[in-house]
Amino acid sequence: MVSTLTKMGQSGLLLLSQCGKAGLLLSSVVLRKPQFRKGFSLVLQQIYAEGVLSLLIIMVSGLFIGMVVALQGYHTLVKFGASQQLGPLVALSVLRELGPVVTALLFAGRACSALTAEIGLMKATEQLSSMEMMAVDPIHRVIAPRLWGGFISMPLLTIIFNAVAIYGAFLVGVKWLGLDAGAFWSNMQSSVDFNEDVLKGIYKSVVFGLVMTWIALYQGFYAVPTSAGISNATTRTVVYASLAVLGLDFILTTMMIGGW
Amino acid sequence: MLSQRIIETTVGLFMLAAIAALLMLAFKVSGLTSFFQREGYDITAEFDDIGQLKVRGPVKIGGVTIGEVTKIHLDPTTYRAIVTMHIDARVKDIPKDSSASILTAGLLGDNYIAITPMYAEDFLANGNQIQNTHSAMILEKMIGQFIFNAGHSTKDTSKNATNGEKT
Amino acid sequence: MSISHGKITAIMGPSGTGKTTLLRLIGGQLYPNQGNIRVAGQDVHQLSRPALYHLRKRMGMLFQSGGLFTHLNVFENVAFPLREHTKLSDAMIRNLVLLKLQMVGLRGARDLMPSELSGGMSRRVALARAIALDPELIMYDEPLAGQDPITKGILLDLIRTLNDALGLTTIIVSHDVQETLSIADYSYVIADGRIIGKGSTAAIHENHSEQLRQFIQGLPDGPVPFHYPVKPLEHDLIEESYG
Repeated sequence: MVSTLTKMGQSGLLLLSQCGKAGLLLSSVVLRKPQFRKGFSLVLQQIYAEGVLSLLIIMVSGLFIGMVVALQGYHTLVKFGASQQLGPLVALSVLRELGPVVTALLFAGRACSALTAEIGLMKATEQLSSMEMMAVDPIHRVIAPRLWGGFISMPLLTIIFNAVAIYGAFLVGVKWLGLDAGAFWSNMQSSVDFNEDVLKGIYKSVVFGLVMTWIALYQGFYAVPTSAGISNATTRTVVYASLAVLGLDFILTTMMIGGW
Repeated sequence: MLSQRIIETTVGLFMLAAIAALLMLAFKVSGLTSFFQREGYDITAEFDDIGQLKVRGPVKIGGVTIGEVTKIHLDPTTYRAIVTMHIDARVKDIPKDSSASILTAGLLGDNYIAITPMYAEDFLANGNQIQNTHSAMILEKMIGQFIFNAGHSTKDTSKNATNGEKT
Repeated sequence: MSISHGKITAIMGPSGTGKTTLLRLIGGQLYPNQGNIRVAGQDVHQLSRPALYHLRKRMGMLFQSGGLFTHLNVFENVAFPLREHTKLSDAMIRNLVLLKLQMVGLRGARDLMPSELSGGMSRRVALARAIALDPELIMYDEPLAGQDPITKGILLDLIRTLNDALGLTTIIVSHDVQETLSIADYSYVIADGRIIGKGSTAAIHENHSEQLRQFIQGLPDGPVPFHYPVKPLEHDLIEESYG
């Protein structure tokens, strides 16, 4: 009984200290004076590694998700004779929820895990230490560009995912199931609001991008520098990042609907 | 290790793709037109009840969309809803005595404004108001009215019947 | 313990006695529980961050695994500190890098990636990178571990030459006793958290402390026991069969 209590206390303290370290990491990235000249090309490299290289999986998934939502939606709507409302159904579910969340989950698997493994290995092979001994701050040189890269890449990927998914729904709804193209788009336009639906989905993805990259970098930077340690850290990154996305999604949606 | 130049180019393309996608979302999906107000003119109409009509709802003549609702507000003295519509420039000749009614697209669809043209010689111009309006048909109200009428008429007949007996 | 300017000082000792920790303390990467470390008259751990980073520019350190950046090729690895800390033109950096690579004999390998280098070569590249900023103090962490005799010879020669040619102060942490002693001007042998022997190479050889002799001559058993602390074997066996 007492020992379980002790264990709970220990893990509580551990969690607290981890949160503290993660907070310090983030603040030392954000509060550091940025060097635009050198930082720019470093951030660009990271947008390439995190964004451009994730593009293919994002686009393929977007296409299929759009198509499948259209197919499912059509067969439900047609029972109520409301198949004209397919456009709004797909557009709203993709723009508000599926776009940001699915992109984020794919990003966690594709980019965040790679970030953790890369930084963990840099630590294990003493690259971070030798950088420090060369009087180059690894937080500045390695962590910060990756954080900004993720922060910028996520919304861009989400926008592309949204567009591709809606195009996929168009293919299924109009080209295959034979809905009227004009009605498809005009119904969509009359129920989708740019600020309310498009932008709010993108705001979500910005938050997701920051939090997921932060988790990945923290896990990599404080990974135990052994092969087992790095593999654990990578697993934790994917699990924590995915859970964080789902939890945050709920909180953000509540905030947006509640109009906080 | 790719050269910095290739990275810069691909990242640039990536950003362009994202901007193109955003434009598609803005104009094709959400029908955002307020950035680029289409050529046209504004007219208004007063309604007792606009039902579920929303801003950016379509304005139609004979089922063809000719404009959209741009603003809805309440007249503070008459308590009637004033709807401002933006009509495309290509539809110039709407007679002044035309009527506007709020209809529903299908049983579950959105509300829209249908303009029924009449026969006046002069036409609506920017800032004009449509005088002849029909409010939205509200399903609950109609059902309520129907039940009320039905109840009333049966009462009437029974009253008549008793009267008849008396006389 | 003091390390004199312009000399090669060797720090030797059995594994796990904290030699690498000592180097990291000097570099300011770790903080001591007690005591202090002064480099060029400044207490490393009292310095502010900018001052510490400034001090580090005057130090070079060669890590056990080299610590080369795997995403950059040999040339860019050596150019890295120059690009970070100087505003030299590209042509200037190119010349400097080629000179440094020439010193370690790897000018021809400048376009290879670190994964294509042998262990000895990557250490030489790391050495070129460590001297890129012309430091005053250079620290080697196990430069010889796991190298074949030829590579060892090359590295030892390089360490000696660089020390004399550039007027560096050198600290070598190692447990390759004979090789290290052959080039060191002064040596410390540490074990169990204290210095068990110090002096010039000859003095180390003449010292008759039992602990030191075991280490220098590589005897399997002595004051440093062969067995990890454990209760006698009989106990374990009996426990196993009757327990």
